[in-house]
Amino acid sequence: MDAFVTLDALVAPLDRANVDTDAIIPKQFLKTIRRTGLGVALFYDWRYKDAPSDGRTEGLKTDPSFILNDPRYAGAKILLARENFGCGSSREHAPWALLDYGFRAIIAPSFADIFYNNCFKNGILPVSLLPDQVERLFSEVARTPGTRLLIDLSSQTVVLPSKETFAFTIDPVRKSHLLEGLDEIGLAEKKAELIDAYEKKRRERAPWLTPAV
Amino acid sequence: MARTIIDKIWDDHVVTEEKGTALLYIDRHLVHEVTSPQAFEGLRMAGRKVRRPELTFAVPDHNVPTTDRSRGISDPVSALQVDTLAQNAREFGVTHFSMNDQRQGIVHVIAPEQGITLPGQTIVCGDSHTATHGAFGSLAFGIGTSEVEHVLATQTLPQSRPRTMEVQIKGRPPQGITPKDFILAVIGQIGAAGGTGYVIEFTGEAVRALSMEGRMTLCNMAIEAGARAGLVAPDSTTFDYIKGRPYAPKGDLWEKAVAFWKTLPSDPQATYDRTVTVDISSLAPQVTWGTNPGQVAGIDGRVPDPESFSDPVVRDSAKKALAYMGLVPGTPIAEIPVTRIFIGSCTNGRIEDLRAAAKVVKGRKVARGVSAMVVPGSGLVRAQAEKEGLHTVFIEAGLEWREPGCSMCLGMNPDQLAPFERCASTSNRNFEGRQGKNGRTHLVSPEMAAAAAVTGHFTDHRTLSGS
Ligand code: SF4
Repeated sequence: MDAFVTLDALVAPLDRANVDTDAIIPKQFLKTIRRTGLGVALFYDWRYKDAPSDGRTEGLKTDPSFILNDPRYAGAKILLARENFGCGSSREHAPWALLDYGFRAIIAPSFADIFYNNCFKNGILPVSLLPDQVERLFSEVARTPGTRLLIDLSSQTVVLPSKETFAFTIDPVRKSHLLEGLDEIGLAEKKAELIDAYEKKRRERAPWLTPAV
Repeated sequence: MARTIIDKIWDDHVVTEEKGTALLYIDRHLVHEVTSPQAFEGLRMAGRKVRRPELTFAVPDHNVPTTDRSRGISDPVSALQVDTLAQNAREFGVTHFSMNDQRQGIVHVIAPEQGITLPGQTIVCGDSHTATHGAFGSLAFGIGTSEVEHVLATQTLPQSRPRTMEVQIKGRPPQGITPKDFILAVIGQIGAAGGTGYVIEFTGEAVRALSMEGRMTLCNMAIEAGARAGLVAPDSTTFDYIKGRPYAPKGDLWEKAVAFWKTLPSDPQATYDRTVTVDISSLAPQVTWGTNPGQVAGIDGRVPDPESFSDPVVRDSAKKALAYMGLVPGTPIAEIPVTRIFIGSCTNGRIEDLRAAAKVVKGRKVARGVSAMVVPGSGLVRAQAEKEGLHTVFIEAGLEWREPGCSMCLGMNPDQLAPFERCASTSNRNFEGRQGKNGRTHLVSPEMAAAAAVTGHFTDHRTLSGS
């Protein structure tokens, strides 16, 4: 996983609440057995005109009314959205697709739990700001397309072009993992002795938890 | 100190804790073909093993065909995913219920059926509807693929302590009101993100009176309120259901287990971070009209006018939803016509659901222009239904009787809605495109889906004589 320290990038505004993971990456792309290559299918049904249900992506016409198809937002690495972003299915294909497309951070007033977790596992920073701060960002971007934001994870701030700064909160453990790009499985493996001890206790205290068959 | 059942299960599973993040031990890990290939691949690349293969259970469900399976899966990409699961299970020594095993079915239907799900456990699966298993008084939640890999490798998961929410179901349900109606009403009241960050405990007399099937329907959709998990404290209904199932404890261990399970319910003085009361005493059968499960009304209601919502975000969502759903504000719900019916899924694909639907369609015929399918949640549900003759009732009424799997709940297999088709579905998500691109999904109970099948529009199933 790539570390996340600071990001100075273009913002794309997706003005919708409850963007679910079915919309981020529809079912026909979940048949892959790889993590990569999903960027072309991000927001498939919104992004392409007459998108076929077989999941083809070559030769499709893009829908100009969809915000990511607006050339002004080409190369955006920050996605701005409304509340409850990433709700629904647990599919990690959603952050994989966002990452593969180029997004490294998402700003919204709130996120769904599983999606929020999944972001951290893939080096994407989900930033939750207050609803009126998000509102400010939407109007800023509408007024000045091409708006860039600076997200600094160590100081936990989002800095606007005007230098106005919004602070955000983040769990300290997640923060340090993201800053260092750490392998969490490796970290847990270092605690193998504690896990062994727990299992021993568990066998004595709750022997029925080991399946009978 | 007085603790809730959520606190008790949590405390029981903390291996170690650091800066508010616990390393939580996982008792049961359920695996399906869609969210696991990359996790097994990760293990392989790092030279890791599955730490506790005997606590890990795999089953293909999302991609499997619901028509004749004897010739395998025709879509090569789906076939590869299903084969990959079988291969991974073999290579890593994990129990696997293959597509042709009678015990195969939707992961959330078969784990309880096999006695794999038990009270007081932590249960995870790379699937958001893992919440279903909370019906047994366990802490069951969905995880992503990286977390699947973490659990495979270490049997643990780093987690921060969830907040606790009590959802009190108040009052006695009117006749014909089902747990599906309860949970749709709950989501309608607290909103599709109302439970974010919480684990919900469902309480109240009406919950206690539910069968295990009903409790599973209730907990299944806790995720649709945004909650990490939902659960119901175990009691004799729970124990009676589990007893004698293949993977359930036996003999002496059974006695010990039950004694422990009886200590799980929340202490009388325990407090929750939030308590919500949902009164069901005058609830009508629920039908969703929008594109998230919180956009719901009673069968006696009307499609709302988006302008009636004061919150601008809610108003905008409702506008977009009505445009997508092709609905006009003010239309009585009972006048909305449907052409497709889907009865099945991990929400409503169990034997009780099929009995309830069969009762409504018995002696009737599917309305002209309607096509309806019944997809049992597992091979064992299918066998039981056939033993009771339910399949004959469905077939005689003109509904299709299928093989078990996820099917049109998400349409990863060929079971999909055509663009703009309108469907009464017993599943759990009415998101845009969920059942097929531009498909229009209305979530309802099995009784309501059956009533729509025979009338061609939403109908209060209680008004059909004999049902
Ligand atoms: S039935 Fe639907 S919700 Fe349940 S596991 Fe399958 S796809 Fe997911």
